[in-house]
Amino acid sequence: MSITVRLKKGLDIKLKGVATKTLAGEVVANLYGVKPVDFPGLTPKLNVREGDKVLAGSPLFHDKLRPEILFTSPVSGEVLYINRGDRRKLLEIVIQKEGDEYVDFGKADAAGLSREKIRETLLKSGLWPAIRQRPYNVVANPNNVPDAIFISGFDTAPLAPDYNFIIDNSQETNFRKGIAALTKLTDGKINMILNGKGDSSEVLKKTSGVEISYISGPHPAGNVGIQIHHIRPINKGDRVWTVNLQDVLAIGRLFEEGAYKHDRIIALTGSEVLNAQYYRIRSGASIASIVKDNVRPGNLRYISGNVLTGTRITADGFLGYYDSQVTVIPEGDYYEFFGWMMPGLNKFSFSKTFASSLLPRKSYSLDTNLHGGERAFVMTGMYEKVVPMDIYPMQLLKAILAEDIELMENLGIYEIAEEDFALCEYICPSKVEIQSIVRKGIELMIREMS
Amino acid sequence: MDSLRKKIDKIKPHFTEGGKFARLRSVFEGFESFLFVPDKVTFKGSHIRDSIDLKRTMTVVIIALLPAFLFGSYNAGLQHFRSLGLETGILQNFWFGFIRILPMVIVSYGVGLGIEFIAAQIRGHEINEGFLVSGLLIPMIMPIDVPLWMVAIATTFAVILGKEVFGGTGMNIFNPALLARAFLFFSYPAWMSGDKIWTEGLTKGQGVIDGFSGATPLALSAAGETTKLPSIMDMFIGTIPGSFGETSTLAILLGALILIITGIGSWKIIVSVFAGGLGMGLLLNAVAVNPYMELPFYYHFVMGGFAFGAVFMATDPVSGSQTEKGKWIYGFLIGVLSVLIRVLNPAYPEGVMLAILLMNVFAPLIDYYVIQSSIKKRLKRANIATNNYTK
Repeated sequence: MSITVRLKKGLDIKLKGVATKTLAGEVVANLYGVKPVDFPGLTPKLNVREGDKVLAGSPLFHDKLRPEILFTSPVSGEVLYINRGDRRKLLEIVIQKEGDEYVDFGKADAAGLSREKIRETLLKSGLWPAIRQRPYNVVANPNNVPDAIFISGFDTAPLAPDYNFIIDNSQETNFRKGIAALTKLTDGKINMILNGKGDSSEVLKKTSGVEISYISGPHPAGNVGIQIHHIRPINKGDRVWTVNLQDVLAIGRLFEEGAYKHDRIIALTGSEVLNAQYYRIRSGASIASIVKDNVRPGNLRYISGNVLTGTRITADGFLGYYDSQVTVIPEGDYYEFFGWMMPGLNKFSFSKTFASSLLPRKSYSLDTNLHGGERAFVMTGMYEKVVPMDIYPMQLLKAILAEDIELMENLGIYEIAEEDFALCEYICPSKVEIQSIVRKGIELMIREMS
Repeated sequence: MDSLRKKIDKIKPHFTEGGKFARLRSVFEGFESFLFVPDKVTFKGSHIRDSIDLKRTMTVVIIALLPAFLFGSYNAGLQHFRSLGLETGILQNFWFGFIRILPMVIVSYGVGLGIEFIAAQIRGHEINEGFLVSGLLIPMIMPIDVPLWMVAIATTFAVILGKEVFGGTGMNIFNPALLARAFLFFSYPAWMSGDKIWTEGLTKGQGVIDGFSGATPLALSAAGETTKLPSIMDMFIGTIPGSFGETSTLAILLGALILIITGIGSWKIIVSVFAGGLGMGLLLNAVAVNPYMELPFYYHFVMGGFAFGAVFMATDPVSGSQTEKGKWIYGFLIGVLSVLIRVLNPAYPEGVMLAILLMNVFAPLIDYYVIQSSIKKRLKRANIATNNYTK
């Protein structure tokens, strides 16, 4: 039963710095970092100390509450240092790459393996965290069997990488094996959602063992949460798992080669990048080598991920576990004389209060300026225009602020993640930190419901 | 502007924690952010933010109010000179009205912003921009002859009891500007209704030519003297007695256009208020037992504050309905009640103010039911989807 959904709500933010469809080849970084903060809700416990030698696939830390979930080293080498933040919060474990050795997890044909065996291999190798669950958008609980698994076949975020380009430059067998392994994990269906607007890669269209649906529309149509909402809405007690397309490839490769090779093709994007293109890079790699001599001078913001949901990193910071994109934009730490009053031909706005709305095709170089101070919620009916879900965003946010569990449940907390509300945060004239509120609500639900 | 920026940076430390004037930091921040969009950058969440902020939002509303404000100035002069039997030019009329309204605007902003600054300081908040609009709305819905001290009291009442006690901008239940008018309406009724107050100078008993009454179309209609009404065109253009900003439906519609195009005002509310007025008007036409009821329904749109209320008061996002479906219901009921109160309640010739304030109270209830129905629908739809899916 293939479903086609056309979404009207949402917003495509047209930014300068789209990656050209050229693959610069493989980037081997010297340093790699694994960041526990990439995994919301995780309480990490270390397995290594500074100076330890590790192989690609050796555990670095695990989840205190579910010790079977391991987070492993992406490369072989030495644990150089362990960075901690406030209250000794574990921020990143940095590995200096040496050699090319891998823990052997055993080659196998995923189709012939049992559910237990697949689960065990994924857990041990460090690829299990690639599987996330809805509700809550946290690492999936290995003791569950999901009602369905969702894979989004496209990304609509600003300057997002083209998944068709990525899949066409990857091993098709890895993708097939990855799907085969995931099929074993659920009694339900594997749903793959393709862009109803453009033509998808043949590899994706001809994937066997999955149910393909089509969704088209502006961002966030590519968000898997939005897709789940329209194809198989989550009720209380339901469990749907999601896997990023690139992680399906890594899962396939794990079984194909018996090694943890968490490679991905990332798009280096943003207005400040001189040569925006694609790179093959390992998860956790330092971005230093790809941004060095490849960005404009100035005070810049480096983001692992996209401008709406990505994580702020330094110029030699590390690629996040789930990210397929690095964005570099200017910092906006300047004062602007009467900025709020100017006609604003260069200011992109969802509202039509700037002259720029007369030029709908223009691309913009946006910076990190907040464009105002935080205020109370005043404008209504705005968030609804960018959340293509049958949900009342403002009321849900207020329910979270009031910590009204039952109302949060009724208004759809199970269906959302931060990324689905990221556009609300972008357009909010009161400059409310909406994604933080959403995460606060999800954390409250996890606490109250477990 | 670098030199100005440097000067501000130089005095800024005095206004921060531990500085000489730390107690005035909200005030300083208010002025600084008025001059310069701050250098604050995103820290977490979305790295880029839309260029719009509340200052911009409120400015758009003020721009939308300008046509009505400019016309109001002209009309105040026009009515005044007409009462004296004088023919004057457009500019003279405008200037006369403008210098009459200016003190009211200054008093309203001075008092209102003063309270806002103090409240922000007490709470340690930044200054909210909400009053930028209310401050202009208050004089625009007052009769031209109202004494300045009344404007001051009404503004104080509206800002303190209508807004700050609820937590400030964004938390109020009632539209502050309407509250200011309602306060005067019930406290000093002689100054808020009657024939004399709408034209500058009439209350002072200056020599008025014979035949000039100063009665508003609403007063004429309520008295059953519908034959004396100005022509529909005059009422649409707005060359009639009435509150300062509300007489010209044409100017108000220009404002509505600005609000709708920029997306700042809810077109749903504007349309549904008119739809409600139309529905009720037609119903009364159908019954039609007195001259007022016989008045064609569209007269209500151009008389009194109907259009002004629909465009600038009912659309207040804070005190109105917040759900999109709720906005339809909310606006429609305002339209219905406005006409109903006008025609059937002899105590209040104008029904719009009361209709909007009443619906302000019911807006949360409307939202509650809209959301409840959505919760039920979502659950039901999800269940159907699950059943289909597992089949």
